[in-house]
Amino acid sequence: MNEAADHPIVARLKDSFGDRIVESHSHRGDTTAVVDAARYHDAVRFLRDDPQCSFDFLTDIAGVDRLKLKRKPRFEIVLHLYSRRHNVRFRLKTRPANDQDPVIDSIVDLYPAANWPEREIFDMFGVRFERHPNLQRILMYEEFVGHPLRKDYPVNKRQPRIKEREIPDDRPGMLF
Amino acid sequence: MIDASVQPAPPETTTEQLPASGLTTRSMLLNVGPSHPAMHGVIRIITELDGEKVVSADVEIGYLHRAFEKECEVVGWGQAFPYTDRLNYVSPLMNNVTYAMGVEKLLGIHPTERCDYIRVITCEISRITDHLTCVAASAMELGAMTAFIYLMKAREYLYQLVEELTGARLTVSYVRVGGLKADLPSGWLERLNQELDKVLKVIDEVDVLLTRNRIFIDRVKDVGCISKETAWSLGFTGPVLRSTGMARDMRKDEPYLVYDRFDFDVPIGAVGDNYDRYLVRMEEMRQSARIIRQAIEQIPGGAVQVDMSGRPLTGAQMVDAAKMGMTADLLLRTVRVDPTLEGTDRESARRVNAQARNVVLPPKEETYGNIESLMNHFMLIMEGEGIKPPPGEIYIATEAANGELGFYMVSDGSGNAYRVRCRPPCFYLMQGLDKMIIGGMIADIVATFGTINMIAGELDR
Repeated sequence: MNEAADHPIVARLKDSFGDRIVESHSHRGDTTAVVDAARYHDAVRFLRDDPQCSFDFLTDIAGVDRLKLKRKPRFEIVLHLYSRRHNVRFRLKTRPANDQDPVIDSIVDLYPAANWPEREIFDMFGVRFERHPNLQRILMYEEFVGHPLRKDYPVNKRQPRIKEREIPDDRPGMLF
Repeated sequence: MIDASVQPAPPETTTEQLPASGLTTRSMLLNVGPSHPAMHGVIRIITELDGEKVVSADVEIGYLHRAFEKECEVVGWGQAFPYTDRLNYVSPLMNNVTYAMGVEKLLGIHPTERCDYIRVITCEISRITDHLTCVAASAMELGAMTAFIYLMKAREYLYQLVEELTGARLTVSYVRVGGLKADLPSGWLERLNQELDKVLKVIDEVDVLLTRNRIFIDRVKDVGCISKETAWSLGFTGPVLRSTGMARDMRKDEPYLVYDRFDFDVPIGAVGDNYDRYLVRMEEMRQSARIIRQAIEQIPGGAVQVDMSGRPLTGAQMVDAAKMGMTADLLLRTVRVDPTLEGTDRESARRVNAQARNVVLPPKEETYGNIESLMNHFMLIMEGEGIKPPPGEIYIATEAANGELGFYMVSDGSGNAYRVRCRPPCFYLMQGLDKMIIGGMIADIVATFGTINMIAGELDR
C-alpha cells in the first residue's frame, strides 16, 4: 500500500485537519484517509460540504475488529463515500480510542442513510454511536449476549434459548 | 390476570375527540409479519393505524440472519461462493460475479475478455429474472394472477438456461476467482438468443395486460412516492432510485467488466411511485436483452467446443492412466469430459480463466498429467493454503438488479478473508420503506413493499 498524501482529496483534508489525518494510503485504485476520532464528525461534514469533495452519497459503513491484526486501537469504522458531481469514490476511516467501550459520533445528522448501518455496527461490534436517534440491535435479537463479528466471538458459539416475551398491555394491536 | 379497571393510555398512540358524538377515537397498532402470507420474505412492520391510514411504521429486520460475513472469515476466499448464491437468491449470478471481482481486485488479476463477456451475459440474465420476479410478485399481490403466471413462465425459460450453464437454478456457484467454473456449453448462445425472443414476447404480453389497465393503475399510481432527494440521502440505488428521476446507473457512470462497449439506455421515472418503479423495471428488462444481444455478437473466442485430436480420452481413462504413471500422453491429448463438466477442459479453461496459477485451479488434464499441476492443485485446495491476496483492502461495487451491490474486503495475507462486508442494496431501500408507506392506506403497504423487491437473503445476510 502506498502513501496517498498527494491525492487531491487527501491533500484537501490535510489542509483543513492537519495532523488529525493520521494516515492515508492508496491500494488498487482505492484511496483511504484515516481521521482522528475526535475530528471524525467534522471531517465527514467537510467531505460532504466542500465543493471540491462534495461527497453527497453515503455508500456504506463497515466496521472492522483489528484484534487479530494486533493493531491499536482495536475497532475501525470505515465509510465509503461517493460524489455524484465528481463521480469519485473515497474511503474515510476512524478508530474509536477506547477498546473496552468504543464510542464514536453518529453521522445520521449528516447522512440519514447512516441510520441502519450504524445500528448494525453497534449490533455486530458493540461500537456505540453518540447521538444516534435509535441505537438498538438490528439483525440480532435484544437478548443476544455479545457481538458476533468481534474476532474473539467464536464462530460456533451457541446462545441460550430466550424466554417468551410478554405482550405489553398498552400495545393492544401487538396481539395479532 | 388483566385488571379491567386499569386502562393506561398508550403513549405512542394518538387520541382524538370527535366533536359531534363526544366519542373518542384512538389509533391502533397492527403488527404485519414476520411470517405473513402477503409478505414474501420474513420482515416485520409494526404499523400504527388511524382507520385505514398508516400513521407511523416501524420496520424490523434480521429474521433471516445467517452470519454470512462471519462465515466468510472462516472459509477460504474461494469457498464463499455458495454463500453469495444465497444473498440475492433471485439473481445469484450477480452476487457471484461481484464477489469474484472483489477478490480479483485484491489480487490485482484480471480474467480473459471472453470471461468478462460471459459475466455480463449472466448478469443481465439475472437482472431480467430478478425484475420478472419483482413485477410478477407485485402484480400478484394486487390480484393480477394472470400476469404472475405469464412472468413466471418467462423466468422459467431463463432459469432453464441458467441450469444448463451452471447445473443449478438458484444455487449456481458458477463464477470462480480469476474466471469461471466452465466455459459456455455448445450451442448455448444460440439457445439464449431464441429464448430471449420468447421472454420479450411475454414481457410485451404483460405490458398489454398491465401498463394501461385501469384497475392496476388505480392501485399503483401516486402510491408509495418518494422524492429524488430523500431517496438519494437514504442511500437508495438501482431501479427504485431511477424511478424518482435520477439517472444513476453504475454500468454507465463507472463502467466495469465490458459495459462500456454496449449501447443501452437507462430508463428513469418521474415521481418515484409504484407505477414508475413498475415501468422502469419493464424497460430495464428490454435494455438487458439489448445488452445480451450485443454481447452475443461481440463475444470473442468463437466456437466453444473444438475437437483437438482424433482420439479424445474419457475422464475415467485419464484418471486410470494417471494412476499408472502414464502421464506423458495426457498433456498432448484432449479429454472428453462428462457432460456435466462440459466447458472445464483445458482449452475452455484457458479461454475463460486468468493466467494466474496462484489463484486458478489447473485444468484436470494437467492436474493428472504432471506433478507441478498436481501440487498446484493441492496448494489451492489444502486448508490453510489457497488463494492468498496480499494484505490490503478494497471496495468493489456493481449495479445489481436491486441497486448497488458492494463488497468491502480486507485481507491480512492469509488464506482466509480477514473481513468481508457486503453492502446489500435492499438494506438501504428497506431503511426508507417507512417513509414510503406512512400517510398511505394499509392495503398499499404490500403493494409498495413488493415494488421495493426486498430479498431477505441479502437484507439480513
